[in-house]
Amino acid sequence: MALQDAQARAQAIRHDIIEMVHEAGSGHPGGSLSCTDIMAALYFGGVLKHDPSNPKDPERDIFIMSKGHAAPALYATLAEAGYFPKEELMTLRKLGTRLQGHPDSNLLPCVEVSTGSLGQGLSIAAGVAAGFKLDGKPNATFTIMGDGECQEGQVWEAATFAAHQKLGKLIAIVDLNDLQIDGHTHDVCQTGSLGEKFAAFGWEVHEVNGHDIEDLIELLGSLKESSTDAPKMVIAKTVKGKGVSFMEDQAGWHGKAPNDEQTAAALAEIEGEAR
Amino acid sequence: MVKLANAEQMLEKKATRAAYGETLAELASEGLPIVAVDADLTGSTTTKKFAEAGNADRLFNVGIAEQNMIDVAAGLSLTGNIAFTGSFAVFGTGRTYDQIRNTVVYSKLDVKIAPTHAGISVGPDGGSHQMLEDVSLMRGLPGMNVFVPADFAAAKAALRLAAKTPGPAYVRMGRASVPAVYAPGVELELGRAYVIREGADCTIVANGVEIAEANKAAEMLAEEGISVEVIDAFCVKPLDGETIMGSLAKTGCAVVAEEHAVYGGLCSAVAELVAQEGPCPLEFVAVRDTFGKSGEFDELLEYFHLDAASIVEAVKKAIARK
Repeated sequence: MALQDAQARAQAIRHDIIEMVHEAGSGHPGGSLSCTDIMAALYFGGVLKHDPSNPKDPERDIFIMSKGHAAPALYATLAEAGYFPKEELMTLRKLGTRLQGHPDSNLLPCVEVSTGSLGQGLSIAAGVAAGFKLDGKPNATFTIMGDGECQEGQVWEAATFAAHQKLGKLIAIVDLNDLQIDGHTHDVCQTGSLGEKFAAFGWEVHEVNGHDIEDLIELLGSLKESSTDAPKMVIAKTVKGKGVSFMEDQAGWHGKAPNDEQTAAALAEIEGEAR
Repeated sequence: MVKLANAEQMLEKKATRAAYGETLAELASEGLPIVAVDADLTGSTTTKKFAEAGNADRLFNVGIAEQNMIDVAAGLSLTGNIAFTGSFAVFGTGRTYDQIRNTVVYSKLDVKIAPTHAGISVGPDGGSHQMLEDVSLMRGLPGMNVFVPADFAAAKAALRLAAKTPGPAYVRMGRASVPAVYAPGVELELGRAYVIREGADCTIVANGVEIAEANKAAEMLAEEGISVEVIDAFCVKPLDGETIMGSLAKTGCAVVAEEHAVYGGLCSAVAELVAQEGPCPLEFVAVRDTFGKSGEFDELLEYFHLDAASIVEAVKKAIARK
């Protein structure tokens, strides 16, 4: 049931991402679509403990969107979950909106912390996990990072810290789509095996197909229940632009809005998949 | 009037950094959810004292990783803590500016940036370590409260004020031992500047270690029959325009003195105020477009024209321009 719901929600999120970026005339569809299934698994697969009617519930798990340019995916997910009305999605990036180009936690309190400057979310999440641990609380902390983002040096400062502090309830997910603005990550400045690197830093590393919602729910759910001390890294292999064939694996769709025709084609494709 | 040190207390010299760990421990013992995050400098910044006072689990040493330090503090604040960060000012603000800007201040988190070893007080370590742009960096951030305490008692008060004021704050502390200005236990308020010496001919607006120099300058000038008012603008932001302009209405000119670059800090803040609210001659005692260099603190004060004699010269210039 949770699986079917999450799958249906993923299609709705993809639909909203395309519509809102089209309406805004700018934004980041590629990286939003690549992490959509992960977001759906987290929020609708029974993984993340959260309550849209009580966004600051002290018993909630905390999610941090480290790759803040995937704001459309975050907003569409939060609206889908009922944190704010879906109509508001069409205000993305417009003057006066709560839906800034990159997430602003003051304007939109269901966003835990403002992000957008890459490389910081893992440190923030580690701090959150350390805070929960300090208070003896069982809450989990999740973050989604990009593989290009792992070029930021601070990620490795955080990796060292989280392992040293034994933050077993910290679950980081790399949305590994092998693309960044200037091209394929392996061409721009290759990151090598991120899984092996995090393992060498003392993390428990798992790999998963980032578009298989069933596998995502099962893995993320089991990691949340794990009582081992090591922080958990999920290398989620994804396709940038997933679900819209002409956007898939194209660096050009990192930060570009579709025109009217492209939007119609994209929505038709997404709705076709939903059937 | 704020309570000042008596003659005996004034003889006691102490570094503002010495207030750090001790004050955090006091705040924690009063029940505030204080945590400290430091970057391999827990002895120098004195956050170690906080840990040793029964808070070992509340001090997080991230190692030599200042950017991580700031964002770990951000995360700790998200779970209800008041998080203080450490390190030297040059690394604690310069290397970490983006983390402070985009995470801490943009999200208005309860993170207090409170590094030590600011300005030339770090002395022999040289220009790489002498942070002279930190107040400028922090003052430019929207909504950031910026405190530059003059002595040990003021540093304690500034740290307490930072802890009790919601949202981010900057507290600048130094390594050099400076004479007591305030009585022990003094309390400082947000957005207030304090007239610590009254006078008629010129106003000296200063903060940090320059308060001690301003007081010395005031004594030297008094011997020449020149009467100066000394204002401690420990709170660079929000600046107490009322107190400063009130004094300028009386004296008609001012010298601004800070152990910082002339750009962007207290000199700029006062210049911005005076330009809009009542132009009058202003002279600046600050570091002029140059990096620091190795030397003892007292030598450097003189070398960079931040000492009492330089303030005396500046006061005479300001008065002559009236």
